[in-house]
Amino acid sequence: MKIATREAYGAALAEIGSDNNIIVLDADLSKSTKTDVFKKKYPDRFINMGIAEANMMAVAAGIASCGKTVFASTFAMFASGRAFEQVRNSICYPQLNVKIGATHAGITVGEDGASHQCIEDLATMRVIPNMTVVCPADGVETRQAIIAAAKTEGPFYIRLARLATPVLFDESTYKFELGKGVTVREGSDVTIIATGMMVAEAVEAVEVLKQEGISARLINIHTIKPIDKDIIVKAAKETGAIVTCEEHNVIGGLGSAVAEVLVENCPVPVKMVGVKDKFGKSGKPDELLKMYGLTSKDIVSNVKDVLKLKK
Amino acid sequence: MMDEKLLINLKKQSTIIRKHVIEAVYHAKSGHPGGSLSSADILTALYFHVMNVDVKNPNWEDRDRFVLSKGHCSPVLYGALAEKGFFNKEEIVKFRQADSFLEGHPSMRYVPGVDMSTGSLGQGISTAVGMAIAGKLDKKNYNVYALLGDGEIQEGQVWEALMSAAHYKLDNLIAFLDHNGLQIDGNITDVMSPEPVVDKFRAFGWNVITIDGHDFVQIIEAINEGKKTEGKPTMIVAETIKGKGVSFMENEAGWHGSPPNEEQRNKAISELDEILTKLEVE
Repeated sequence: MKIATREAYGAALAEIGSDNNIIVLDADLSKSTKTDVFKKKYPDRFINMGIAEANMMAVAAGIASCGKTVFASTFAMFASGRAFEQVRNSICYPQLNVKIGATHAGITVGEDGASHQCIEDLATMRVIPNMTVVCPADGVETRQAIIAAAKTEGPFYIRLARLATPVLFDESTYKFELGKGVTVREGSDVTIIATGMMVAEAVEAVEVLKQEGISARLINIHTIKPIDKDIIVKAAKETGAIVTCEEHNVIGGLGSAVAEVLVENCPVPVKMVGVKDKFGKSGKPDELLKMYGLTSKDIVSNVKDVLKLKK
Repeated sequence: MMDEKLLINLKKQSTIIRKHVIEAVYHAKSGHPGGSLSSADILTALYFHVMNVDVKNPNWEDRDRFVLSKGHCSPVLYGALAEKGFFNKEEIVKFRQADSFLEGHPSMRYVPGVDMSTGSLGQGISTAVGMAIAGKLDKKNYNVYALLGDGEIQEGQVWEALMSAAHYKLDNLIAFLDHNGLQIDGNITDVMSPEPVVDKFRAFGWNVITIDGHDFVQIIEAINEGKKTEGKPTMIVAETIKGKGVSFMENEAGWHGSPPNEEQRNKAISELDEILTKLEVE
């Protein structure tokens, strides 16, 4: 079964919308970001701000300053890029209760091409003080992350995708804990640390590696900030080599965040699977994942490379 | 007509706030006196006659709100808040110092009475729109006031905000344009003309009132008209003098962001004291 995290986001908003304190803002993209699911159920608490993302983010801050929990949605590119400074100065600096639901992140946006494929947002959002950054791996995790964000005071950036991807977790047993990594597969030779839709690719990679006699641990880091240092350091100590996987530039995202933890606490060889500092392009998502080296096959080859560096 | 005694009290209050502005930037050796002095009468009218606030409960949810969209004029806001009793007046001389909560630009997290952190131009008016939307959602009676600089409206975000306020019929929002005609690099019409501002605000769906921004009767009457206006936000275009109240600072762009030296500070304070003395006689 496959579901896009943006679909799960819209459904989760409609679910938590029974709380009158929740207000949803969008910038003329409600059908794409799926906030229209909330809009249909709670039209009085849905506010369309038009194609004006900078204004939307600061309006969200103003509403939040009056005690509301505000979800503000648009594409990741505009939420984190165009409105960066509003997010920094009007939301994060005063530490207001705004949750940015940023959809269409990464190259799996597909046909729209580079202008709409945000590969910088994990870097630009995690660098802002007071910001919590979450990048869910599937629909189940998205739902729980949205519920957690709504319950937690302060600014959030939640990175969501357009493309339908496999559901990895079981709703009845999965427990999302903010700031805690999830060990998806146990393993002892190497650790794969992934976020977002790359967790599904990494699950496949683990299976391939197992057949080749390599025991790979897989950790899902859904909270990019604050990052779970303990699970990363433990993995480095126990397996001695790390491969990070993200649908994001290798500069500044998950790979960098993991490397920051490792160099200070337990330096081990690291390989980073991600977009190699270049813009995306138009194409089918699957084609693009191959072109940009973001498939399970690429993870497997990076694991083999990092194992050569392991002492 | 306004009560004479009230008028004299407001004039005294704004003069005292102007003194705080001078002391703040003098002690900080930095800051923005020009636009603080031009907007001192507007802030005085708001905090000492119009706004419903509670100094003992600065975050009272039913309070009127004020957003200093031109956040660099923090000295006038701090002067008004200190005079109102939100914090000790003695803090003002610590403006911009590392051991003070009086940041160069206002922070709602540090300063009691500050309703929104501002400083990056163009953002404050959007947050005021958000507060007005929240008031409508909650069916509250509070009003939201905002103060924009006339250089600030060169920021595109301001027009996004104005469009959204009219679209959502935010008649609980009253904004002021401190139309002093000067910005850092000179006359606004030379740097990047936003004129004709009245026509533009009207075209954006606002109720527009033009006043002398140093005349308390006109300021208060305009606010009252704005409060009565239904279905649209009100923009009060206040014609002001940058540096108002200190002779050598008036209409000089150079005083936008420069502090006075000791001699200039003494001259400014004695001029303002002279105004106060005259008001005492009245």
